Amino acid sequence: MNPQRAARTLGLSVIQAIPTIIGVILLSFFLLQAVPGDAADVIAAESGSATEAGMAAMRSHFGLDRPVLQQLEAYLGNLASLNLGVSPRYNLPVSDLVFSRLGNTVLLMFSALGCALAAGIALGAVMASFVGRWPDRVLSLAALLLYSTPGFWLGLMAIILLSVQLGWLPPGGVSTIGSPATGLAHALDVARHLVLPTLALAGFYVAIFARLTRAAMLEVSRQDFVRTAHAKGLAPAAVALRHVLRNALIPVTTVAGLNFGTLLGGAVVVETVFSWPGLGRLAYESVMARDYVVLMGILVLSSLLVIVANILVDLLQTLLDPRIRAH
Amino acid sequence: MSTDFLSPSLPQAAPAVYAVSTHRRARTLRRLLANPGAVVGGALLLLILLAAVTAPWVFPHDPLDMVGPPIQWPGQDPEFWLGTDTMGRDIAAGLAHGARVSLTVGVTAALLSLAIGIAVGASAGYFGGWVDVVLMRVTELLQTIPSFLLVVVIVAIGRPSVSVIALSIGAASWPVVARLVRAEFRTLRESEFVLAARSNGFGHARIALLEILPNALPPVIVTTSVLVANAILMESALSFMNMGDPNAVSWGSMIGDAREMLRTAWYLAALPGLSIVLTVLSLNLLGDALNDAFNPRLSA
Repeated sequence: MNPQRAARTLGLSVIQAIPTIIGVILLSFFLLQAVPGDAADVIAAESGSATEAGMAAMRSHFGLDRPVLQQLEAYLGNLASLNLGVSPRYNLPVSDLVFSRLGNTVLLMFSALGCALAAGIALGAVMASFVGRWPDRVLSLAALLLYSTPGFWLGLMAIILLSVQLGWLPPGGVSTIGSPATGLAHALDVARHLVLPTLALAGFYVAIFARLTRAAMLEVSRQDFVRTAHAKGLAPAAVALRHVLRNALIPVTTVAGLNFGTLLGGAVVVETVFSWPGLGRLAYESVMARDYVVLMGILVLSSLLVIVANILVDLLQTLLDPRIRAH
Repeated sequence: MSTDFLSPSLPQAAPAVYAVSTHRRARTLRRLLANPGAVVGGALLLLILLAAVTAPWVFPHDPLDMVGPPIQWPGQDPEFWLGTDTMGRDIAAGLAHGARVSLTVGVTAALLSLAIGIAVGASAGYFGGWVDVVLMRVTELLQTIPSFLLVVVIVAIGRPSVSVIALSIGAASWPVVARLVRAEFRTLRESEFVLAARSNGFGHARIALLEILPNALPPVIVTTSVLVANAILMESALSFMNMGDPNAVSWGSMIGDAREMLRTAWYLAALPGLSIVLTVLSLNLLGDALNDAFNPRLSA
């Protein structure tokens, strides 16, 4: 692909994303304005000894007592300087909180997405090449079962089997607590902790990608250029991989991009199952604490992640198929 | 049908369209009944529906009440054939009453997504132009925000009740329907029967609702079972995270309560999870069968 076209695709996608970003910010701000009670109420209830004056001081300190439009103005002004506000709950800048958790969530999501794509495409290719015969039927049923299983339950069952009964893998956390390991030993430790959450999060998407790859490969294999490839004497495996699978990957990448937001939503639940200290757990904690500044930061940031993922998918597609242009 | 738009009297055109669609409907039904997936899925769904409907008579006591000794394994006590949980609550009763919550949330959320999605998709696809641009921007916006996070936020704003949960899931999952309906409307609005209706001076509402919509429905019907299935999965995740209706027993909340007992009484988490899997599986089997019945070309 020539760099000029890549740059054009990138530019157009970024311009198209701007109204969406503004919409996300406005929507999340007004949604969270409607939350009953504010962070001052929660902190007061937890400390158990708040005075009227103390709460008023807290509200004016965090700007909770100002009119809605002024709060929005302040928020937008802060956002423009990449400041997501201060969490009344943790008394820390939201950007610090969110970015300290972002790495873990991105690690989990990419690990799950990578595994799901690899396993799903492989399974789908096998299903498509044995279409109608028993490997296809068995795998199709397995994929449908996986497609019907909630990720958090898959995770719990995996904990029971692989962690409680067999003792092979740790049941939660991101690394062994108090472990002095550094470097490679630490990376291996994190990898061991990553296996079960990845499994729980990836299951559903393995099924989606497998079903989609199967359908797309069957669709592509009916087209004329595939008959031509066979007719000019190419090996069946070469046709399946270079001609059929490559073209079938285009809908798979589209769906992977479309599902990025769902994957983030799934990470919220899976992170609470495995006490994985990521954005999802932070979102859960801030809902429980009514810490809406943090929640707003997470909503905006995760939507940004989805937008970035979609731009990457656009680029990937122009790479896979030279005919596709940014629209 | 294709030449009927030339004739001045439309009443002849409409029955022709109708005849074709009833014929197609009969063929679709036949294909559906010949599909083992549809039969198994349908039977499974009927059983779950039966359990949900009869729950108040079969298990008349409140499923949240303590009725026996705690932590009885399935089969240990003939009175509680699926056992009891840490609080001595009957698991069979919980599963039956939980089916009511799951199905109610699933169906309500799906109906709401259908209503919003069809309204948005039909207007965008039918009118095109700036209506299309604005509505698709809103759709894109909702597809960008992770829908589970959005549901969590809406439930946190409202009270966590079955109806709020159902409404929030419906409000977060309509973009798929809108895109589907829009695509169908964009192709169908150029077709000859629409031109015929237009030349007869029918209004926009009549053309969109009575002429185009019935022909745009097949892919929407296929999506409906997936919508119900996904809504059930979302509700279970929500109540698993302790954000469900505190006054109703739900499969997700049963699994959430069982988390502390994972080492000693894993059946507490396994049984409600299996109920979710079977329910969602039955819906997905039906969805696949409907898809095959409507698009026989794609089912190889």
